Amino acid sequence: MSPALLEARNVSKRFPVTKGLILGGNVGWIHAVEDVSFHIDGGETLGLVGESGCGKSTTARMVLLLERPTDGEMLYEGVSLQEMSGADLRRYRGTVQAVFQDPQSSLNPRMRVGDIVGEPLEVNAGLPRRAVRERVAEVLEDVNLDAAFARLYPHEFSGGQRQRIALARALATHSRLIVLDEPVASLDASIRSQIINLLKDLQDQHGLSYLLITHDLAVSRHLSHRVAVMYLGRIVEEARADALYAEPLHPYTKALIAAALPVRAGQESDEMVVAGEVPNPMDPPSGCRFHPRCPLAMARCAEEEPVLREVAPERRVACHLF
Amino acid sequence: MDTESSTTPAPLLEVKDLRTYFYTRSGTGRAVDGVSFALRQGESLGLLGESGCGKSMTSLSILRLVPRPAGRIVSGQVLFRGRDLLRISEQDMRRVRGKEIAMILQDPLSTLNPVFTIGNQVAEPLRVHGVVSRSRLWERVSKLLSLVRIPAPESRLRDYPHQFSGGMRQRVVGATAIAAGPRLLIADEPTTSLDVTIQAQYLRLLKELQRESNLSIIYITHDLATLARICDRVAVMYAGKIVEQLTVEALFERPAHPYTEALLQSVPRMDRKVHRFASIEGSPPVVYDLPPGCAFAPRCPKAMDICRSESPPATRIDADHHVSCWLHEKDEHEPRAAGSQERQ
Repeated sequence: MSPALLEARNVSKRFPVTKGLILGGNVGWIHAVEDVSFHIDGGETLGLVGESGCGKSTTARMVLLLERPTDGEMLYEGVSLQEMSGADLRRYRGTVQAVFQDPQSSLNPRMRVGDIVGEPLEVNAGLPRRAVRERVAEVLEDVNLDAAFARLYPHEFSGGQRQRIALARALATHSRLIVLDEPVASLDASIRSQIINLLKDLQDQHGLSYLLITHDLAVSRHLSHRVAVMYLGRIVEEARADALYAEPLHPYTKALIAAALPVRAGQESDEMVVAGEVPNPMDPPSGCRFHPRCPLAMARCAEEEPVLREVAPERRVACHLF
Repeated sequence: MDTESSTTPAPLLEVKDLRTYFYTRSGTGRAVDGVSFALRQGESLGLLGESGCGKSMTSLSILRLVPRPAGRIVSGQVLFRGRDLLRISEQDMRRVRGKEIAMILQDPLSTLNPVFTIGNQVAEPLRVHGVVSRSRLWERVSKLLSLVRIPAPESRLRDYPHQFSGGMRQRVVGATAIAAGPRLLIADEPTTSLDVTIQAQYLRLLKELQRESNLSIIYITHDLATLARICDRVAVMYAGKIVEQLTVEALFERPAHPYTEALLQSVPRMDRKVHRFASIEGSPPVVYDLPPGCAFAPRCPKAMDICRSESPPATRIDADHHVSCWLHEKDEHEPRAAGSQERQ
């Protein structure tokens, strides 16, 4: 079997917490990501879903080489990212690109669209100017924008168009994996669906893989092939999207899905509302990290941390109930 | 519920043909353009729409907090308990704001003042409106905080906003809003900055508070999932106008306006999956440059000639369902004055 396009093997990321400016003492660690493993195949979308502070963005930053894992490793086509250097790294940066939540701040207001979209081509591919111009026109058309827009500035576009520009930039280097960090969260409902459709079309046309980071379960349902749910730095459930939404197993996934369903007023009594809030990641609860909020918690949950086990084909859950 | 319409008492709030325009260098922006609706005591109405549709400006107009000097309420009536809020003095208006009509904004971090204690900020509306005597002030503040489920409220009175989590801050904002015992609460996207599980908790709390004190709520949102949880009726807004008013049940089952229909189909939903969204082409219009006729016509798949020249009047589908669309106007035989929004 050929290796996955991207694989994370037992990846952890801890950030030191320091106090004091000069004689900064280390007062603890934030375990942003703990022992996370996943893989993304060619042409596939993996949705990484969770609430703020669950570690989904840190995971994305490690994929983009913006953070280095404290433990574990990331592999691209079977090759560890830590072992890459020089030309390999440049190639990796060319084939793995990102689209962020807010196109207002991810596009330089002083650069023309053509330069924004062309920059990765100059940096990563070292193309001559003429070839850059041609490629820019090509990708702008790929995202359904007029090639003539290359001469305009970002402020001349609406939010949806700006997100298309960010996508064009990510596509420019013939990338194979795009990290989508909340790609539609800042867009209006009617524009949101246009971008979701576009993302699907581009995936079909170019065989792209996506790592979709989102807190929005509905968006994840429509874009992802597989979904991994994160809570406080760990993956608590992973499954094919259809299976996960049809029958969530982990109590946290159940609560997340219940909260995102349009329930009619007055009918909400039987749904699962979890109590409390996400605990401090500096001092995570003992045992299962979700147990203080879990309506189904047992004595064992407070003592023993559940491991992520395969409970059915392509389905992993970290919960003592299964 | 809405069986008897002719014998129900006068509504708590009745907005009639409200118009709020913005006068700027780029021309006149019709942010709120002839909005009419009514709200009964204990009822919750959702204002649904995309950014720039005028939903927030409608609520700011009700409280007369439209940004000046660019914005101006040009015409209309805001009848609150029979009194037109647009005609009373600024001094009287101050007694309405916070006392009778309270507001919760989107971002609790910017609503709360970072340099005042939580206790102080919840106490402010009580002091300003002289709701309780000084000796009983702190007791009342603690009670309000426990009402919004802040654990051990007495010990948190001296805390500052940064010591609270996002969900708790928004509950504190809720406590300040209900402190003076308002009849009407305007909540402008109160849950957008909260995480999903915290949203569910917050909406449940809001619903309980509403039931306990028979509050009326105007809930402003673009999110169908939260809307369904809190509202009885919905007014769908587009380019400064209410294009459809209906019950939440009808919204999901039988939307009549093509925009409402498209909005429902284009929103990613948890309860069904489609391969492609029937997305609405183009972008919402800019209120400074509205097309003649129906503002949605350029994006509407069912647009006819008349849609591009004349603005559609509100048509009654049933007692709780009104739509402004020429498609439905042809079924209508009763003559009525154009533009009037009839509520019984």
